[in-house]
Amino acid sequence: MSAVPKPGGKPAAKPVTTPSGIDVPVVAGAELRPGGPLEPPGAYPFTRGIFADGFRGRPWTIRQYSGFGSAEESNQRYRFLLEQGQTGLSVALDLPTQCGYDPTDAMARPEIGKVGVSLFSLSEMETLFQGIDLGAISTSFTINGSAAIIYAMYLATADRQGVPREKLTGTIQNDILKEYVARGTWIFPVKPSLRLIADSVLFANEVTPRFNAISIAGAHVRDAGCTAVEEMAYTLANGLAYVDELIRRGGDVTRFAKRLSFFFYVHMDLFEEACKFRAGRRLWAKLLRERYGVTDEKALHFRFGVVCGGSSLTSAQPYNNIVRVAIENIAAVLGGAQSIFTCAYDEAFQIPTEFSAEIALRTQQIVLHESGVAATVDPLGGSHYVEWLTDRMETEMLKVMDEIDAYGGVVKAIEAGWLQLRIAERALEKKRATDAGARVVVGQNRYRRADQSDSYGEVFRLDPQLSQRVLDKVAHVKATRDAAGAQRTLERLEAAAQRDDENLMPYLVDCCHAYVTVGEMVERLKRCWGEFQEPVRL
Amino acid sequence: MSAAARPRPLAGRRILVAKPGLDGHDAGAKVIALALRDAGAEVIYTGLRKSPEFIVGVAVDEDVAAVGLSILSGSHKELTRDVVEGLARAGAGDIKVFVGGTVPPEDRAALLEAGARGVFTSDMPLDTVIDALARELA
Repeated sequence: MSAVPKPGGKPAAKPVTTPSGIDVPVVAGAELRPGGPLEPPGAYPFTRGIFADGFRGRPWTIRQYSGFGSAEESNQRYRFLLEQGQTGLSVALDLPTQCGYDPTDAMARPEIGKVGVSLFSLSEMETLFQGIDLGAISTSFTINGSAAIIYAMYLATADRQGVPREKLTGTIQNDILKEYVARGTWIFPVKPSLRLIADSVLFANEVTPRFNAISIAGAHVRDAGCTAVEEMAYTLANGLAYVDELIRRGGDVTRFAKRLSFFFYVHMDLFEEACKFRAGRRLWAKLLRERYGVTDEKALHFRFGVVCGGSSLTSAQPYNNIVRVAIENIAAVLGGAQSIFTCAYDEAFQIPTEFSAEIALRTQQIVLHESGVAATVDPLGGSHYVEWLTDRMETEMLKVMDEIDAYGGVVKAIEAGWLQLRIAERALEKKRATDAGARVVVGQNRYRRADQSDSYGEVFRLDPQLSQRVLDKVAHVKATRDAAGAQRTLERLEAAAQRDDENLMPYLVDCCHAYVTVGEMVERLKRCWGEFQEPVRL
Repeated sequence: MSAAARPRPLAGRRILVAKPGLDGHDAGAKVIALALRDAGAEVIYTGLRKSPEFIVGVAVDEDVAAVGLSILSGSHKELTRDVVEGLARAGAGDIKVFVGGTVPPEDRAALLEAGARGVFTSDMPLDTVIDALARELA
């Protein structure tokens, strides 16, 4: 595209767009955003944050995602991270646990302990949290298809530790809709999955009032290739679908909305990322107030955690990722995140080593204690560019949500594979732009050294005996538990699952206490409900 | 460049893109499937969570020239070996196997030794992948 020269002046600047495709002005002035001053932080619709005192009242939770191998190894890593000043745990589970297979299943064997810890029964969670007081720490689980089971296991573990359930704080991701679209750890069809989610959210409202039983996540669709605007729009659309389901099940929106939380990726465009959160926070509050008549301010609060890194990181010149994550960390703070996970520089391609995990943790501590960005609330507020971009992103998000509505709603868009195809096409566009150099990735498609090593540096290796050790533990648990008792709890679970109106959480907790395995519980539920049939559409 | 204007070095080739194991990260598999299609190939995509036996069965039934395995869970060694051996047992050793995903450089030689004809990572340009396939399937 050739720049048209201004008469008698310099050539017009080359057009620049944000990664979401919004044209960026060369200079942003007051004319970009007519209208009065913004509401103060802590006031509806919360553009400047949900708290009047921002991070001065309470800093964000530093919550590094970690977990691998067996419960014993992960317990060691957690204790290390807590000793180093981490303030919340975030449990990575292996794929068999996430997809509801016991380690003994043929599909599970190659994957035991690979991308997270194996938690096949209560025995493993007891070990995982040995020496860690569940009443004193908040724990987040990235678990979806089998989320209700892992939540039940957490309750059972707290029972065993003697910690009152109402003291528990933390989050289960429990967002199945985005699993069908991007992350792929679905188990059951949409309808019974929504039932399990409603069961766990409504149960949590009563039993663990400080625990977030769902974290509606845009992170994974973002990493699968969609833009920042689409990430927020798809997530808010999913959020509204859960709100509708919970209301249908008799939930009180003012009550359960206080425990809904969100989760996003932060990628590299600092201002677009910060504005994404400002726009999303405002839009969610407006949607709940305008569509559902919610007036309680706490119920309108958009609380979210983030992950910095993911597909914005490169295996080429991997140490550059430390810088990327630091910038993303700042964007998250400027956007007002409640909890932050900074990826280690090697996280895009392997389980982090203790060395890389510590740098990721220190990055957050440097941003919090040295950079000054958390000193005043929403320091970007009132900037012409930031307020204009926040407005533009909100408008664009609404357009995407309208497209989904026009298709027939998010559930239909997912069941038909329409949303999945849209994201795949977006990912292809992004890949082609990177290949062509239109999207610059330093060290990968620009400033690549001729003699560049493609080594990842220190490589994390799992213990090769791990699978066998986990399999031995499964055999031990099955041999030593009260077999008749375990069977009884399973029978009751299956009977309750056949009735549509019963909350399954108490049955799942009973199963966990009886050392029933995740695979055994899932097998019974599959008998009642079947499995999700993935729409494969290209 | 629109899809229609792209060169089609894979015209007439049937290629199976497969997701073995439990890994649900399918962005790469779908990008590759769409790119191979734009390069002229007839692409079959398995969808998620397929066993090596299932993948071998589809490859044989559909008479494909190549299978692309997409693996990001760290289980690439086991799953590649199972598919290569399965194809050989099915008398379809001429179907060429390629692997894409997060494979540490140290593991790439092992995959090639196990019978994979190429290992591709996400930072490789699509044209590099397509050219390599066109050469192997010529």
